[in-house]
Amino acid sequence: MTTYNLLQNYWWLIMSVLGALLVFLLMVQGGQSMLVHYTKADKRALLINSMGRKWELTFTTLVTFGGAFFASFPLFYSTSFGGAYWLWMLILFSFVIQAISYEYRSKPGNIYGARFYDTLLLINGIVGPVLLGVAVATMFFGAEFTVTKNNILNVQTSAISQWGPHHGLEAIVCWKNLLFGVMVFFLARTLASLYFINNINDDEVDKSQRHLLLVNAGVFVPLFIAVVVVILTSAGVAYDDSGNAQWVAYKYLKNFLAMWWALIILLMGVVMVLFGIGKTLMKADYRQGIWPAGIGTVLVVMTLFWVMGYNNTAYLPSLLDTQSSLTLRNSSSSEFTLTVMSVVSILVPFVLAYIAYCWYKMDRRKLTTDELDHTDHKY
Amino acid sequence: MEELTNVVDWSRAQFALTAIYHWLFVPLTLGLGIIIAVMETIYYRTKSEKWLATTKFWMTIFGVNFAIGVATGIILEFEFGTNWSNYSWFVGDIFGAPLAVEGILAFFMESTFIAVMFFGWKKVGPKFHLASTWLTAIGASLSALWILVANAWMQYPAGCEFNPATMRNEMTSFAAVALSPMAMSKFFHTVLSAWTLGGAFVCGVCGWMLLKKRNYDHCQRSLKVGAWVGVIGIVLTMVTGDTSAVTVAKYQPMKLAAMEGLYKGDHGQSIVAFGILKPGKQPFDDQDPYLFDISIPYGLSFLATHDFKAFVPGIEDIINGKSYDNEGNEVNTISYVERMERGKQLQEMLAQYDQASRNTNKAVTDSLKAVINADFKHFGYGYLDKPEEAVPNVPLTFYTFHFMVTVGGYLLLFLLLALLFAYKPQIVDKAKWNKWWYILAIITVPLTYLCSASGWIVAEVGRQPWTIQDLMPNKVAISDLSAGYVQTTFWIFAVVFTALLIADIGIICKQISKKSQTDLNIDNDKN
Repeated sequence: MTTYNLLQNYWWLIMSVLGALLVFLLMVQGGQSMLVHYTKADKRALLINSMGRKWELTFTTLVTFGGAFFASFPLFYSTSFGGAYWLWMLILFSFVIQAISYEYRSKPGNIYGARFYDTLLLINGIVGPVLLGVAVATMFFGAEFTVTKNNILNVQTSAISQWGPHHGLEAIVCWKNLLFGVMVFFLARTLASLYFINNINDDEVDKSQRHLLLVNAGVFVPLFIAVVVVILTSAGVAYDDSGNAQWVAYKYLKNFLAMWWALIILLMGVVMVLFGIGKTLMKADYRQGIWPAGIGTVLVVMTLFWVMGYNNTAYLPSLLDTQSSLTLRNSSSSEFTLTVMSVVSILVPFVLAYIAYCWYKMDRRKLTTDELDHTDHKY
Repeated sequence: MEELTNVVDWSRAQFALTAIYHWLFVPLTLGLGIIIAVMETIYYRTKSEKWLATTKFWMTIFGVNFAIGVATGIILEFEFGTNWSNYSWFVGDIFGAPLAVEGILAFFMESTFIAVMFFGWKKVGPKFHLASTWLTAIGASLSALWILVANAWMQYPAGCEFNPATMRNEMTSFAAVALSPMAMSKFFHTVLSAWTLGGAFVCGVCGWMLLKKRNYDHCQRSLKVGAWVGVIGIVLTMVTGDTSAVTVAKYQPMKLAAMEGLYKGDHGQSIVAFGILKPGKQPFDDQDPYLFDISIPYGLSFLATHDFKAFVPGIEDIINGKSYDNEGNEVNTISYVERMERGKQLQEMLAQYDQASRNTNKAVTDSLKAVINADFKHFGYGYLDKPEEAVPNVPLTFYTFHFMVTVGGYLLLFLLLALLFAYKPQIVDKAKWNKWWYILAIITVPLTYLCSASGWIVAEVGRQPWTIQDLMPNKVAISDLSAGYVQTTFWIFAVVFTALLIADIGIICKQISKKSQTDLNIDNDKN
């Protein structure tokens, strides 16, 4: 394997870490979708302020995920974002309305009233995870596009990436993609319950969240199994050393078997998620479930990214022209850029360390109604 | 062709709309970030509860403004992919890197420490909290650094080489990209102008509170910090503006010519202090470009080169490829017509390269690559139909530039006076005209915003039609979308952002009004 190939693989590893952290942090969106379950103002305030102190981390991770994709695999950025226009625009709109809602909802003079902003949070809480799930699912199940780089030489047909006429809407109505998206949504709700149980010190919230955990995990687990079955039985696009691509039956199953270590990590992740959920449901005083479930989620999502892109697999198969499928080899930045970015990536552990330290300091004391009554800045 | 033109125009309109809304909020974040960090530092050193109240007052406004800046910012980043997909591939190898660095180094710093800043007063120690406030401000400036590096690269594509095998530009020197003269002047000019805006904003809000006879003591404290930051900001903005002019003259002479409405250049070129352009003026129509102008002799030559006698080319000179050194020798003799021919030849050669590489004819591809790279700086001109296409909108560039400079000069005067009155408040207190001073301070706020927006209009309109200077015009940079799709999202953005702006202004006004009446240590002796 050449140095260039190693760098491409390394950057796919970084993308898998960012993608996994993003999925974990979608617990904020999951929590927002639960606002409908709470009518009492003080309980809603607890939930919103608990999530409100984390929303920017999710947001920032999404932005960094996009930026890192741009830097490391610009052809994906060009093809998927420009092609699946409506899918990405809907995702972006949902995050735009989230960004202001926390800060504005309880401020005097907000014009539209707190309920309006809570509705925006609800929309983001549902649309964000489902559609991000759909977008990731297209990377398994393919999309309707072609890539012709020399189109750029003709001003009349200059777009190098051509997408189907529905520009992403077709991806949303594809049942496989939608199944994936709904699964992500219920995962986000499950993680949100575990997070609230850990972060909020309030008996009523604790009790209701344990009930919601049972319901959401009860939906999530069968959906997850269904998604795994669909992925493992799906065909994928493989490519050889000269870049020729072809569809291969059970490609992702074969990838797991070829990369046995990924399969082990996947199983470890699944066990950790189930452990976090199960122990929280069974022990009324257990509040730490978010940690095993969160780490487990990160591990599972990382392995899904690995089987999606490693082992000579196209991570965005083209349903219109197999040779246009995006791979780590044909869509990445140059060796020089990947090297430069790899130097920058050395700082990632420091970034993670200060985030962890800050939140350790901030979350030592759990959120209570009393704290909200005596704070200057609340949502 | 009409559909293509529509998609280009609507894609540009959508990006401009998003950028304009984004830039309404970002400079206040940058400027106010520094101001609250200074205020909290004073509180940390003095332990005065009054300074704590003042810090928290401005922090609340910072928070409201920050949220909407974040909301509009995410769209901008992703629009490079959604609406400018060819661009994303053509230069993504270079352009993506600063965006990724911005995310990793700046956004996480901002988003982590802003939470400590707002919620950590009782959860972390004072020193940790102060550090968090500074790191939030530094994170915002770091974010500005990387996005401005990216923007500067579009205006001066340094540190890269075209790779015909991948049909894109590839980075050859990160230092050349990150530390290019264009990037440095753009970063300092932009961030320091944001300090100016932050200072003027604080003065304006204090002007309103003093007009209402509220919180005199709090206003004096705020004015001291705000005016200092504003004065430092405007002085350094002027210094960096000078550097920017020299950089633009060197790398984007067409933009400089448009800024001045200069069609025919000369040695010892004068600069227009005030002027009205003749409507409908076109290159080579031999009409006087101005209906009326007041010019300063030798001014433009000095501004552009720091040499009173230097030749500054006008729009027609640049199209004809005419320029002269100080000895009067003709230099830079490539006309736009010739650049267009070379650009079209490059496109043909690239097509040949593509064919040869499919046939694995390495000898042909190697020789073609050498020729393509040697001439690549003319590549974008191959997409133009006529030289005049490479001329930006002169009136818009001219008027916004002069507005920016005029208001900039006014701001220096205003902020110096604000600083004087902050330290010698008795001058204003006893004067009969003090009411007018407060009103002037209020009016200065929207003026400063317009000045700031004008700077960006000069920078972005002045470089048209290029997405990447000389390499990629707008019409080649877009995604494969229908105009109807982009129109739809444009209007959705317009409605959403306008609604959010109304809410933002409503909240900020209410916060100022409400808080100014309550908890800011009103000095009763002065009221």
